[in-house]
Amino acid sequence: MKARRHFLAIAAALAAAAAFAAPAAAQGTIKIGELNSYKNFPAFLEPYKKGWELALEQVNAAGGVLGRKIEVVSRDDNGTPGDAVRVAEELVSREGVAFLMGTFPSNVGLAVADFAKQKKILFIAAEPLTDKIVWESGNRYTFRLRPSTYMQTAMLVPDAAKLKKKRWAIVYPNYEYGQSATRAFKELLKKAQPDAEFVTEQAVPLGKIDAGAVVQAIADAKPDAIFSSLFGPDLARFVREGNTRGLFKDTPVFNLLAGEPEYLDPLKEETPEGWYVTGYPWYGIDTAAHKRFLDAYQKKYNDYPRLGSVVGYATMMTAVEALRKAGSTDTEKLVAAMKGLTLDTPLGPITYRALDHQSTMGAYVGRIGKKDGKGVMTTYTYADGARYLPPDDEVKKLRPAE
Amino acid sequence: MASIVAQFLNGLASASTLFLIAVGLSLIFGVTRIVNFAHGSLYMLGLYAAYSLIDRFGPTPLGFWGGVIGAALLVGALGALVEVAILRRIYRAPELFQLLATFALVLVIRDAVLWHWGPEDLLGPRAPGFAGSVAILGKPFPEYDLLLIAVGPLVLVLLWLLLNRTRWGTLVRAATQDREMVGALGVNERWLFTGVFALGAFLAGLGGALQIPREPAQLFLDLTAISDAFVVVVVGGMGSIPGAFLAALLIGEIKALCIGLGTVTVGGVAISFSKLTLVVEFIVMAIVLIVRPYGLLGKPLAMQRGAGAPVELPARPDGRAMALAGLAVLAALAALPAAGTPYAVVLAIDILVFALFAASLQFIMGPAGMVSFGHAAYFGLGAYGAALLLKRAGLPMEATLALGPLVAALGAALFGAFVVRLSGVYLAMLTLAFAQIVWSIAFQWDAFTGGSNGLVGVWPSGWLSGKTAFYFLTLACVAAGVFLLRRIHFSPYGYALRAGRDSPLRADAIGLDIGRLQWVAFVIAGAFAGVAGALAGYSKGSISPEVMAVSRSVDGLVMVLLGGVQTLSGPLVGAAAFTWLQDTIARNTEYWRAILGATILFIVLAFPQGIVGQLAAWLGSRDRGAPEGMVGWRRRRA
Amino acid sequence: MEAAARMTVLAVENLSKSFGGVHAVRNVSFAVGAGELLALIGPNGAGKTTCFNMLNGQIRPDSGSVRLGGREIVGLAPRAVWRLGVGRTFQITATFASMTVRENVQMALLSHHRRVSSWWPRAARLYREEADRLLERVGMAEQAERACSVLAYGDLKRVELAVALANAPRLLLMDEPTAGMAPKERIALMALTAEIVRERGLAVLFTEHDMDVVFTHADRIIVLNRGTLIAAGRPADVRADAEVQAVYLGSRGHG
Repeated sequence: MKARRHFLAIAAALAAAAAFAAPAAAQGTIKIGELNSYKNFPAFLEPYKKGWELALEQVNAAGGVLGRKIEVVSRDDNGTPGDAVRVAEELVSREGVAFLMGTFPSNVGLAVADFAKQKKILFIAAEPLTDKIVWESGNRYTFRLRPSTYMQTAMLVPDAAKLKKKRWAIVYPNYEYGQSATRAFKELLKKAQPDAEFVTEQAVPLGKIDAGAVVQAIADAKPDAIFSSLFGPDLARFVREGNTRGLFKDTPVFNLLAGEPEYLDPLKEETPEGWYVTGYPWYGIDTAAHKRFLDAYQKKYNDYPRLGSVVGYATMMTAVEALRKAGSTDTEKLVAAMKGLTLDTPLGPITYRALDHQSTMGAYVGRIGKKDGKGVMTTYTYADGARYLPPDDEVKKLRPAE
Repeated sequence: MASIVAQFLNGLASASTLFLIAVGLSLIFGVTRIVNFAHGSLYMLGLYAAYSLIDRFGPTPLGFWGGVIGAALLVGALGALVEVAILRRIYRAPELFQLLATFALVLVIRDAVLWHWGPEDLLGPRAPGFAGSVAILGKPFPEYDLLLIAVGPLVLVLLWLLLNRTRWGTLVRAATQDREMVGALGVNERWLFTGVFALGAFLAGLGGALQIPREPAQLFLDLTAISDAFVVVVVGGMGSIPGAFLAALLIGEIKALCIGLGTVTVGGVAISFSKLTLVVEFIVMAIVLIVRPYGLLGKPLAMQRGAGAPVELPARPDGRAMALAGLAVLAALAALPAAGTPYAVVLAIDILVFALFAASLQFIMGPAGMVSFGHAAYFGLGAYGAALLLKRAGLPMEATLALGPLVAALGAALFGAFVVRLSGVYLAMLTLAFAQIVWSIAFQWDAFTGGSNGLVGVWPSGWLSGKTAFYFLTLACVAAGVFLLRRIHFSPYGYALRAGRDSPLRADAIGLDIGRLQWVAFVIAGAFAGVAGALAGYSKGSISPEVMAVSRSVDGLVMVLLGGVQTLSGPLVGAAAFTWLQDTIARNTEYWRAILGATILFIVLAFPQGIVGQLAAWLGSRDRGAPEGMVGWRRRRA
Repeated sequence: MEAAARMTVLAVENLSKSFGGVHAVRNVSFAVGAGELLALIGPNGAGKTTCFNMLNGQIRPDSGSVRLGGREIVGLAPRAVWRLGVGRTFQITATFASMTVRENVQMALLSHHRRVSSWWPRAARLYREEADRLLERVGMAEQAERACSVLAYGDLKRVELAVALANAPRLLLMDEPTAGMAPKERIALMALTAEIVRERGLAVLFTEHDMDVVFTHADRIIVLNRGTLIAAGRPADVRADAEVQAVYLGSRGHG
């Protein structure tokens, strides 16, 4: 009885806290809701946060947009779709944000995208790589910034086909990203080089690669080349084990994402020479747009940017430009503005395609090597995302009708 | 042939690694009966500490090996500190309550590591003298792996000598068999426990530090390591160190075999053994536990509740006052949409869903005495069952809400048949194995379950699409569920269940079929967890495999323990407290994991029987003094 | 009355059990009749408990037969044996610690009336009077509301007796019914048992260390030594038996 009363007290306190603790919104600002899995993927998302905070500071210093300052309400979504949807609900219903942006893992991105569709609120997916978020599960209210798994894979295929290697080994983290990358790579390479064979496929549990055995199994398959979509700790273990066992000596390797500072920097002395990667050589991009970004970033944080920083920065810029173009915080106007929205990012101008809501942001494609004991991209070119998407009629078929 | 030998050696190297991760956990459990969730965190700390020490002293032989040993010693010292400062205070708490404290430590350590070492993966240097490879049958094989292959058995032998050839070891072994006996011998049990915990932590730290040349220090290591460690310890037999070695060998070799086989075509069907690595250790564990209920070399454990553990006092069914109080809570909750903000309603839905989930878990943990580490499987089966029937079979949402839980109940019926043959931690780990197998199916079966991305567009019917309407649906389902569970608790069946837990001997002697009673309890709990899962899916509009991941199961356990495992309102209070705390802390602070962990630690120390359990104990009087419908705790008779 | 004159409730023939080559019980045969108290005695390690556990199905014998009212019960589980009308008390009391005294008895009654599958009614309201009558009979009515976990040991033994009586048994198996009790309590408990046995016409088989209890209350005694039956008969006969005196009474160092 008494304990029950205690429960009652908790319930009441909870209701009261939730009911009355709504923060007072600063008058006249435009509120944007941001959610991400900060504690689950800090290596990417700490720089990401710095990126959007820099952009936010610049925008507000220049007077904001539509004559109002911007306020970002940022939340940790705990890396789970369930919590993310709750956080999104909170941002929408309690904070009254104009729209949502952020997310990192694909399942969280998809969940929030579907929530956006249900709630009829704009969602700018910053980082999720899954093709589905703009294609099979695409919806009217969701737009995605980063080049997808498909696009980044497609960026590597021309170089892969050029080598005319016949026997390919594939290694990938065993979840949707790795599976999609593998599928896309096989499909696109077969198209470019019909005699390609895939002699072994190693699906490793994410974060738990048994690197010795995997390297051995790949070596035993005697491949002419390797395609990998590993990243993070799996990549580091794979690289070290492969170096020790001489797997990469005469076998070229193509590895998605491995040129991103987040994943390349930890390799240091271990960095394999000559791998083909997608990435972000911040030290060598000499466009004016990037230079401005780099200087501002280094000045503010006394640190170099990672790819996450660029994504965060570009996400914030997208939000600002969408508001500017829409001239309003009305969702329908914002959605209309997002379709075909063009803006400048540190990586160059991008457009959010009206067709499938995918931005044309690209990535740098090139090869990696060591410089002063650190991994860097030694040669690279910018691959514009617009050139690595399937033909429009194919995309239309993939995407459900609105 | 050369390939087979090479893969066998790879398996041996993994086995040594697994053994080093697991052996400390086995030792700690064997003596103190603590299920140390933070063991993986200690392993992670070992790796980070070794990285820093080697970085400071340089990768010379002295710097490297000194760094490895130094890191292990540091972690051992931390283990001793944790034991003295925290665990020692709660040895007399109900069974598995220490698990809650170690869970809190996981949260705190994770954030502390992030704060101190930053988010970037840290790949350490190669070991001096063991940097290259040697050719074995023409295949290059890392020298360091050869070293590891030797270190595993070496540690096994040293531990054997320590336990069998020293007085301290004799005492530890005695304590493994009979804790009271050691106390009676006049040995200071406390320091023995501290010593064992420190040694276990040292071994975890050593296991981590020795991985420096093989893997980067990173923030997910705690969870992967703890999962590996538990599997090895349980497969080997809890408390058996040679068993842990054997289990590590078995799992290491089977994994290497799966990877070596890759994709094999049998009769036109391609089977990817490589994909099996996602879950193979859990399949091994399930098979071992079904065949040998105490692991490979384990022995049946003495009762989990040793002397000094509190005994549950008789519960009295709900009287009128209790019914009124229940109605008052219900009325308050019903008034929430009118009185609270829209977000309060959203949060309340989550809390209600978890309350039912936790209540269903309590139903098997409390009256049936079966701890589950895999209860999320049934939450997930309910969610997936409902979502798949909606999306793939096109059934109306209302029907799926009833059928989803049925799917969960069927799953529980199937797995429960095996589970109830076991007891204690073995039982808990078998539930985990089954949960992981179900999870891996949902995770990999892209075409049907949506794979790791899950399913989207799982929204309720139009009339329920408003948050308020859905809230009332949730409230109705949860209130009915909680009421039914309470009712069953006080029914003849509920009594019989409790009888089987209190004294299997006596229950058997008065005609009760305990196995059957427990199996039915498992199915009931599965069905109610399924209701919670189905509601959760529809409240979010999407589901993905994380609804049945280990972390969800652990959350459920934490809620039950937080509230008080032998109280009926405990899980409800625990679910509310945990969900609300997490939401509030995560919203307002950056290092929210650490603060959540610290809060849980505080609750653990201040309420060593769970929130409701402790209140009941404070407020309760002697023989029958437990508040109505509550169960109080008293010390078992000496 | 002689055993032959009573209706035989339990008939044991040639019961044997060995553990790893050691014969714990060898070719033991005896019978218990209705209304009779049969004591099974013997020095420590004589095989009494093994013998006992084979009778209610906890251990399966290697060979031999156990008939209850003419029906073979070897191979049945304890719960099935109970259903045939066998009540059991344990050397170390086994009660349900999370229940009150009355609920312990109610639990047995619920099982007896095959109500343990009902999910709806309040268990505490069922068979309450019946439970109270049984508690009354064993002198525990006043403590019906107390938790079993706080009872004195002698009282727990009485609760066990009430539980064992709940299925209106034909046969009671009592393993060391007075172990751990004060002498006065022992006599009282056995006197009570004997009274109940006579009024209900039960058959009782009990093991006991306390020879006063045995010789005061048993109608007949069988003596086991190293797994073998060495004597059987009325107390006076057994007391006079030379072999019994040699192996057992002469060396009663075990208290």
